[in-house]
Amino acid sequence: MRSVWRTVGREIGADAALVAAAVGVVGLAFGAIAVGSGQPLWLPIALSVLVFAGASQFVFIGILAAGGGPLGALVAALAVNSRHLPFGFAVSDALGSGWRRYVGAHLMIDETVAFTIAQQDPGRRRAVYWTLGVGLFVTWNIGVLAGSLAGTAAGDTAALGLDAAFPAMLLALVRPSLRERRMAIAAALGACVAVASTPVLPSGMPVLAALLVLLAVPAGTPRAAVPGVAGESR
Amino acid sequence: MMPAGSMAAAVVALAAGTYALRCAGPALRDRVELPHWLTRRITMATVVLLAALVATQALVDGEGFAGWARPAGVLAGGVLAWLKAPFLVVVLAGAAVAAALRMVGVP
Repeated sequence: MRSVWRTVGREIGADAALVAAAVGVVGLAFGAIAVGSGQPLWLPIALSVLVFAGASQFVFIGILAAGGGPLGALVAALAVNSRHLPFGFAVSDALGSGWRRYVGAHLMIDETVAFTIAQQDPGRRRAVYWTLGVGLFVTWNIGVLAGSLAGTAAGDTAALGLDAAFPAMLLALVRPSLRERRMAIAAALGACVAVASTPVLPSGMPVLAALLVLLAVPAGTPRAAVPGVAGESR
Repeated sequence: MMPAGSMAAAVVALAAGTYALRCAGPALRDRVELPHWLTRRITMATVVLLAALVATQALVDGEGFAGWARPAGVLAGGVLAWLKAPFLVVVLAGAAVAAALRMVGVP
């Protein structure tokens, strides 16, 4: 464990701690919203431990609250989570081999993926993925548990500006990849497609629709042989 | 209230489906050597997905427009990220701008 900390480094350690704290607060809000919308206590807790994917959990609860039924909630949440398929290919080297791969897979969320692809060195990719993954799993679930028990009394994340902090965080993490012109163009087009298709597509689908830009932007020549993102490590 | 049984089944199915999606990449990676161009495409797909998440999270809340405070905060964070400000500064500035705007009544 000590060597893992050394590999992660103090700077990334501080960044990761900030993200873990913010994720905990959002977890608090998720638990409070779920229980506040009339769901039983076990539901947000079970979702957070077993599914561990915030966006899909909000969609799941939202559809149940809107009277959409468990099947509708399941389908929408699975659509939201389908981005983990390409994510899995992008960070598979960071998970390790053998049993670690199957434990590590459960820790794959937007934040761990974004932090990992910002790293080039294989040792650092692995250390960052695992440190952040375990950290976020712990803070998310503690937050959800506390929020569920506290009910509606807990957390107004909008007043803290946390809803802006998360996109800003992902943006900071993808920035190194965007130095490559082709990536920047693809990312900008994808963002436009996602926003433009939001009024017409059900939740979760606009982000997937962004992948259509891959048909329009050629891959180009690779700059690095590492299975990550070309560009500097952060 | 809907029956707990069907809700529990939906949670378990979601957990299993999500886990399968997460495992597919790492499990296949060992068995098949991906050609270089495909690795590049997957990297690009990851970046595009994250960019699409940034844009939709910044602008959309549920089905509608998220209001001005949130995208303004994200924009402030984005500008700082572009200027290579430290990660901590980017995230805190994004939150602070959105929170400050809301405090003065911007939705």
